Amino acid sequence: MASEKSRNGANHYENVACPFCGILCDDLEIGPSGEGLKVLKNGCVKSVAGFERPLREPSPQVDGKDVSLDEAVAAAARLIKESRLPVFGGLGTDVDGIRAVMALAEKGAGIVDHALSEGQYRNFKVLQSSGWVLTTLTEARNRADLFIVAGADVHELHPRFFERIVCNEASMFSDNPPKRTVVFLGENLDQSAVKGKRIGEVVTIPTKPERIAEILDAMRAMNKGATISGDTIAGLPRATIEDLFARCKGANYGVIIWAPPSLAFPNADLTVQAISEFVKEINLTTRFAGLSLGGNEGATSASAVCSWQSGFPLRVSFVSGAPDYDPERYAANRLLAANECDLLLWLTSFSPDLMPPESDVPTIFIGQPGTKPSRTPKVFIPVGTPGVDHAGTMVRVDNVVSLPLRKLRDSKLPRAADVLEKIEAAL
Amino acid sequence: MLIKLTGGKVYDPEHGVDGEVRDIFIENGRIVSPEPNARVAHEYPVHGKVIMAGGIDPHSHIGGGKMTIARTMLPEDHMADPVARTDLTRAGVGHAVPSTMLTGYRYAEMGYTAAFEPAMLPANARQAHMEMADTSIIDKGAFVMLGSDDFFLRQLAGKKDFSAIKDYIAWTMHAAQAIAVKVVNPGGISAFKFNQRKLDLNEKHVYYGVTPRDIIVNLARGLKELGVVHPLHIHGCNLGVPGGYETTLDTIKGAEGLPIHLTHIQFHSYGTEGDLKFSSAAAPIAEAINTNKNVSCDVGQVMFGQTCTASGDSMRQFVTSRSATPKKWVVMDIECDAGCGVVPFKYRDKSFVNALQWAIGLELFLLINDPWRLFLTTDHPNGGPFTWYPHLIRLLMDKSFRNDMMQKINPDALKYSTLASLDREYTLYEVAIMTRAGPARSLGLKDRGHLGVGAWADITVYDDNPDREAMFTKPDLLFKNGELIVRNGKIVKVVNGATHVARPSYDPSIEKSLKPYFDDYITVRMDNFRLSDDEIINGGRGSLIIQPTRARAA
Repeated sequence: MASEKSRNGANHYENVACPFCGILCDDLEIGPSGEGLKVLKNGCVKSVAGFERPLREPSPQVDGKDVSLDEAVAAAARLIKESRLPVFGGLGTDVDGIRAVMALAEKGAGIVDHALSEGQYRNFKVLQSSGWVLTTLTEARNRADLFIVAGADVHELHPRFFERIVCNEASMFSDNPPKRTVVFLGENLDQSAVKGKRIGEVVTIPTKPERIAEILDAMRAMNKGATISGDTIAGLPRATIEDLFARCKGANYGVIIWAPPSLAFPNADLTVQAISEFVKEINLTTRFAGLSLGGNEGATSASAVCSWQSGFPLRVSFVSGAPDYDPERYAANRLLAANECDLLLWLTSFSPDLMPPESDVPTIFIGQPGTKPSRTPKVFIPVGTPGVDHAGTMVRVDNVVSLPLRKLRDSKLPRAADVLEKIEAAL
Repeated sequence: MLIKLTGGKVYDPEHGVDGEVRDIFIENGRIVSPEPNARVAHEYPVHGKVIMAGGIDPHSHIGGGKMTIARTMLPEDHMADPVARTDLTRAGVGHAVPSTMLTGYRYAEMGYTAAFEPAMLPANARQAHMEMADTSIIDKGAFVMLGSDDFFLRQLAGKKDFSAIKDYIAWTMHAAQAIAVKVVNPGGISAFKFNQRKLDLNEKHVYYGVTPRDIIVNLARGLKELGVVHPLHIHGCNLGVPGGYETTLDTIKGAEGLPIHLTHIQFHSYGTEGDLKFSSAAAPIAEAINTNKNVSCDVGQVMFGQTCTASGDSMRQFVTSRSATPKKWVVMDIECDAGCGVVPFKYRDKSFVNALQWAIGLELFLLINDPWRLFLTTDHPNGGPFTWYPHLIRLLMDKSFRNDMMQKINPDALKYSTLASLDREYTLYEVAIMTRAGPARSLGLKDRGHLGVGAWADITVYDDNPDREAMFTKPDLLFKNGELIVRNGKIVKVVNGATHVARPSYDPSIEKSLKPYFDDYITVRMDNFRLSDDEIINGGRGSLIIQPTRARAA
């Protein structure tokens, strides 16, 4: 595990992995500050908010009244047992937390889905119908000479992505690495972090995210040698897209970045598919890769574990005892809105802001202690944050790297995995 | 508690036991030789049954990112094989890329007690081990992939001192918790990132200037000198290429007598004869393996039906993607470390090419003389899911069954193969070598793969059914570490298997060059890259077995 040094007699940690977005930066330095923790190095707005959130240790509650953990667990088990169709949602947790959710959902004959899966399904639908050519963070950091940001507000989602992957000065393949071109396909995307000596041209092609697919489809046609008539493509001058295509063809290793949460419009999976098909096809002659970002709130860990344990990424029902997959029917938001389920177990251990959609469905809320549900849940069990209150493991957004999370402080807050295992045992 | 298996026919090739009727005693998880009047607490009468050590699959893709990509990609395949939970077992899905728990159950139900993931990327090792931890019952282990990772290629291109190369190999085995090392399309995965589309054995990597042959020789020699028992596990250049058999022969020659294991050689035994320029070159490959005692291999038998190919060989999988069935596929460049390609595939018995692939695999089985150097695999799931093993065993043991199956395939394919002329039938003793004793010896698994006193009691009891497919599909009994796990082909107890690792020694000062490399280039810190023992053990979910290595030479 990472080195632990004692400085001024207090705990001081280096090489700390941060669970507060999908990138899982693991170069943070964290030390004590008063009662809490302080990010000393390599922080960002998300990690500072997460690590420096004051420790609160509220009591578990049933119907708004303080109870012991055992009583809360017994009440939760009773609710699941009596439920005809429980939904296990939120799922903001680490690998062991998801493992425990899966076991509980199986035994409780329920449905599992992550709070951010609507975005993830923009990707899964493409993986399950046509596939893609992807790269990972280290590969992009060292190899790419062209980055195209397709409608993603990368800086908002991952405040250190540009610093670590695009603006890095050292590169594996040259002592004097060439400058990089960064193209923003979109309007009002934060470009402020794209700076430094590695950055050459920064090109902005203003377009609505809904029209990105048209641009990629036009480039697919160009790549196949087709002539495109008309002066505009997706409302932009044709020459702009021809220029973009020429950059793609001329790159040694182009990387096109998208983030499913930023493609929040109907049928956005078709945009992911247009990007992916373009990348597949241009690889017949030159090298190019996609890089999908997002994966915040443990979304990548949830879908990875759900896939390897059940065969399906999320939106799996265990009502029959066997995994049953339906990416439309078993969406938690839809089940709640349609009142098709009679119990919600909501799990959020990173952010106090990850809230279930409004509904009248009775709720078991297993949450970060600062969460303030809008309605009093039937059962509330505060849990620790993986990587702060207890050790754990998470899967990074590129679905390749996993990182160990560390316990940085002592708290009375239990691990979500332990709470869920207790509930399962009480079923 | 002393357990006795009474009256079975024992096949224990490690001790030369070929079907002798013997009693076997188990105590505290191991096979023992009790005092003559010791009290037997539980007796299993197994008169006339066949007893072997638990099966060991030395090459089966069961865990890691590419498998979970494959799992996520193929809902339609899973939907044909859903499995409900029971009071004992978890829910899951089967067929081509089964879910993790079910993978373990199905291996156990087939009489297997261990399987080895052959292509664990260092960068993905943590996830591979998490998936293997969720693979029930069986023991597991993994071969870590080297040879297209930039640190090693920089060492080689920079003509670093050989002991530093060995230190790096050993460091990586520790860091990734591996038992062996695999090389996949040596240098080719990296070359593909530089837009090279093929890399022959003696062709230079466009950036590093090193050849696949340099890579193989350095890794093979490194492992030998480190004392790692399993030789370099080689997925060669030019997988699936007609004429690729010449590369395979050159690879054997180029190894300079160093111990090597050629994996899924079926995919590397293709000639270029005939109208379609595709023919069997199994005969020259088998001859080379028969002659070169430093070489072992596994077959990677193709079986007909839907499956999914999942490989580290991004360069070749990009080409294979043209044949994806259904038409969806993934290729990835990974972490300046490796790559992967996931391409679903359907082998058709009426297809000339697929039928010939099937025939070539069987030819190799029948032409290679020494079962101690030949292991039974389908390269799960690349040639077909591991659940085909009982069928494959029958094909090898039963000539008339094989003839019947040959009638069903594309008849032209047989014209370019010698299969129809081969009369060999495998014996139970040879099957026990190929599926237990041989893999255990090759991987250096102490006290596994045999039934001698002191061995761990991983034991399979089969009905001696002349239909060998039926026999090997459903063992009567399976013991894991002396505990009864399967009875009549059904699981009666679920345990957590262990993880086998090997830990050759290295000079820790290798970290002085690794740390700045990680700091400057890699998006993970060196300290976090390394997998700790605690992560495998994870509060008792897993356990580690450290297998011995020989003394390091220099």
